[in-house]
Amino acid sequence: MSDHGTATDPAPGPVVNPTPAEGGAHAGHPSELEYIKVAALLALITGAEVAIYYVKSLKSILVPTLILFSAVKFSVVVLWFMHLRFDSRLFRRLFVTGVCLALFVFTIVLTTFHVWTR
Amino acid sequence: MTDTITASSGSHAEVEPGHPPTATGLTNEKVGMWAFLASECLLFGALISTYLLFKGQSKPGTIRPKDVFDIPYTSVSSFVLLMSSLTMVLALAAIQRGDHRRTRIWILTTALLGASFVAGQCYEFTTFVRAGMNLRVNLFGSSFFVLTGFHGAHVTIGVLMLLSLYSMSLKGKLPESKAETVELVGLYWHFVDIVWIVIFTVVYLIP
Repeated sequence: MSDHGTATDPAPGPVVNPTPAEGGAHAGHPSELEYIKVAALLALITGAEVAIYYVKSLKSILVPTLILFSAVKFSVVVLWFMHLRFDSRLFRRLFVTGVCLALFVFTIVLTTFHVWTR
Repeated sequence: MTDTITASSGSHAEVEPGHPPTATGLTNEKVGMWAFLASECLLFGALISTYLLFKGQSKPGTIRPKDVFDIPYTSVSSFVLLMSSLTMVLALAAIQRGDHRRTRIWILTTALLGASFVAGQCYEFTTFVRAGMNLRVNLFGSSFFVLTGFHGAHVTIGVLMLLSLYSMSLKGKLPESKAETVELVGLYWHFVDIVWIVIFTVVYLIP
């Protein structure tokens, strides 16, 4: 495996010129204020999660609501803090493949053991 | 496998400044980190599934989740870890604009928040053990400690990486050109955070 070539020592080959949307560069990353707003949203959702846990009248919708809140928080962190919204599509594909594979495999495992129906 | 695209003419490529001369235009380190995080989804998926599989299957009369969980306490821990993600992106933003003083402040804050989370987890584990819950008492205890223990180990590794970054920055070995190193540690840190988001909901909040 060779690992020759640096940004200052261009290697042989065609022009490599990805746009910011395809990766590289920090162009398009959110501002600090936007990061703080995102963090405030996450804190708000966490507060709502804990609050709903204690509301007895919402017991019937507790599980779907908590899963929804969790999915929103997960997505917000991945898209904004991990920059998947702004970075290369290759990173998005890699990570989404991992998440989907995990969801697929373990849904089958849990279904096989009748976890949903017991 | 080579990182470069070899042209038959052998002429040198014109590479945009700031872009690595790889076939994808992305650095191998960052692609590697994302591939690693994708594989980690399977590791934590397995641990969470095991917890769900064993949930409610413990011997009657042994300790149950609702006997030991302290939701307000764990909520504060979750909040601390969530806010450490904010300080991590602020560290990245600082190094990208060349503000090394703020980079160090935010990296150290992130490490302290992470260490607080780990300390909180140690306290929680101690409380649980005193209440009679351990790895061997029942299936709930085993799967809970393995899942949260693995997560805690990941956070601890993250704290060590952050302290290494802090030390590198103090020695002047973390110039603006190495902002990607901070970004890679940040990716790992945020991943640890999203895993906790799932654990907090699945293990602590869902009855």
